[in-house]
Amino acid sequence: MNNGAFNLNIVSDLQFMWQYDFMRHAFEAGTIVAVIAGIIGYFIVVRQSSFAAHALSHIGFAGAAGAVLFGINPIAGLLVFTCGGGIAMASLGRKAAQRDVQIGTVLAFMLGLGVLFISLYSGYATEAYSLLFGEILGISAGDVLFTLIAGIVLLVAVVIVYRPLLFTSLDEDVAEAKGVPIFWLGVIFMLLVAVATSIAVQVVGVLLIFALMVTPAAVAQRLVRRPAQGIAISVAIALAATWIGLFISFYLPYPVSFFITTITFGVYVIVRLVQA
Amino acid sequence: MDNVRAPVIEAKNLKGGYPAHVTWSGVDFSIGRGEFVAVLGPNGSGKTTLFRMLLGLAKPLGGSLEVFGAAPRRGNPRIGYVPQQHPIDSETGIEALQLVRLGLDGNHWGTGFAAQGTEAAMAALKLVGAEELAHWPLGVLSGGELQRVFLAEALVGKPDLLLLDEPLANLDMRRESDFVKLINDVVRSRNITVLLIAHNINPLLPVLDRVIYVANGRVATGTPADVLTSKSLSELYEIPVEVLKDSRGRIAIVGMDEPTDHHHDQRHE
Repeated sequence: MNNGAFNLNIVSDLQFMWQYDFMRHAFEAGTIVAVIAGIIGYFIVVRQSSFAAHALSHIGFAGAAGAVLFGINPIAGLLVFTCGGGIAMASLGRKAAQRDVQIGTVLAFMLGLGVLFISLYSGYATEAYSLLFGEILGISAGDVLFTLIAGIVLLVAVVIVYRPLLFTSLDEDVAEAKGVPIFWLGVIFMLLVAVATSIAVQVVGVLLIFALMVTPAAVAQRLVRRPAQGIAISVAIALAATWIGLFISFYLPYPVSFFITTITFGVYVIVRLVQA
Repeated sequence: MDNVRAPVIEAKNLKGGYPAHVTWSGVDFSIGRGEFVAVLGPNGSGKTTLFRMLLGLAKPLGGSLEVFGAAPRRGNPRIGYVPQQHPIDSETGIEALQLVRLGLDGNHWGTGFAAQGTEAAMAALKLVGAEELAHWPLGVLSGGELQRVFLAEALVGKPDLLLLDEPLANLDMRRESDFVKLINDVVRSRNITVLLIAHNINPLLPVLDRVIYVANGRVATGTPADVLTSKSLSELYEIPVEVLKDSRGRIAIVGMDEPTDHHHDQRHE
């Protein structure tokens, strides 16, 4: 019988954890988010758009904070702001998505706007904290269902645009000449990032989104040569970090986000050291 | 199959550029199957504009342009294209073979995991003597190696017309002539028509059939012997220009009244 303390029988540990709804929901949502972040993250890295993706999550923060203020579901606010920001960035063109100074300026403003919204709301500290750093242990069954639906939509979309998206990401001019609709693929890509960011915020929060969206893909990019393999490794790292992070956090009184970011960072450092 | 003698490209009184700024006008030429054509001229003279029109990415401002007997259209599978710049980042870990494969079916929807494109991509790499680069990450390849990979990417769809925008730009003299020989071997063996934008005509002289010289808002076309003369280029530029030849037939084009000739400008673009 498992009394709740850690023992070496992982299966019985997991069975014990999953008696709690909040742990089951956390594992379910965490798994979906890790798969999606691993896949979308790979394209973010190949397109060199990681800063734009980072900025989207900050834009989303303002939306989520505004939603909290007006008593709406924060995910709705996240989706509206990230999708709006994504479309705006995509219509300025891919070169615009790589302009760090301009993006950084908008990013800081959006974070400031989010701080204002949060301070106007009475539950200041906890809401801000969970948006910024993630609150995976507070995920409801409804959130899990929403995450699952968003995840399936994203997966189907990625399967459809896979080849032309890869083509424009690697060799935009040739792709354009070959008849690939590069503008619309840019918009679709930013929308994919926007939705992925919105669901990932539940797990790691806006400030730590890099750990799930970019770091695993950056490691994968160094390890393998084929996109399909790269995506598989990226997903595997994101999954491992999320599961191990959740597992450890059940026994230790520290935030899950800390464990997830530490694990992906650790993998990144090890791979760089081994390859150096 | 179209008539063997029908022109691959036909321009009549063609005008190019932007509505606010006409780059060149009154251009007439006809290019046949299997011809090797150099597109020459100073920077900003509108060489790439011509390519964009042939690819269906820009519309003629006037006159007519036909490729394979029809108006140019985007995504024409009979055209292979190597742009001047590829944004290949040094961190890119994706192997050369995958990029070449995208040249074949990258414009199709879906994942294409099961498609047989890998063999075709390998064959294209072999054709340009780059099969040993197939599994190298794009980010670690040198300029000359990348040019061969891009050429394979353009050839993998078995085009009848190849548009190469400054493929010699980042090559040293030795690799320049090797690469010209490679292009020539490939296109002659497959009867492919080539338009190649270049700054330096000399490595191309042994293989050229024809020259399109763009300058001063106008275009002169013909064989190298016809176009690359003091008389012809002076008329084109409307200033005295002298074409000098050294003992091995290499050419230098010198603007007589302007000691700072266009070779100086080219470095900066």
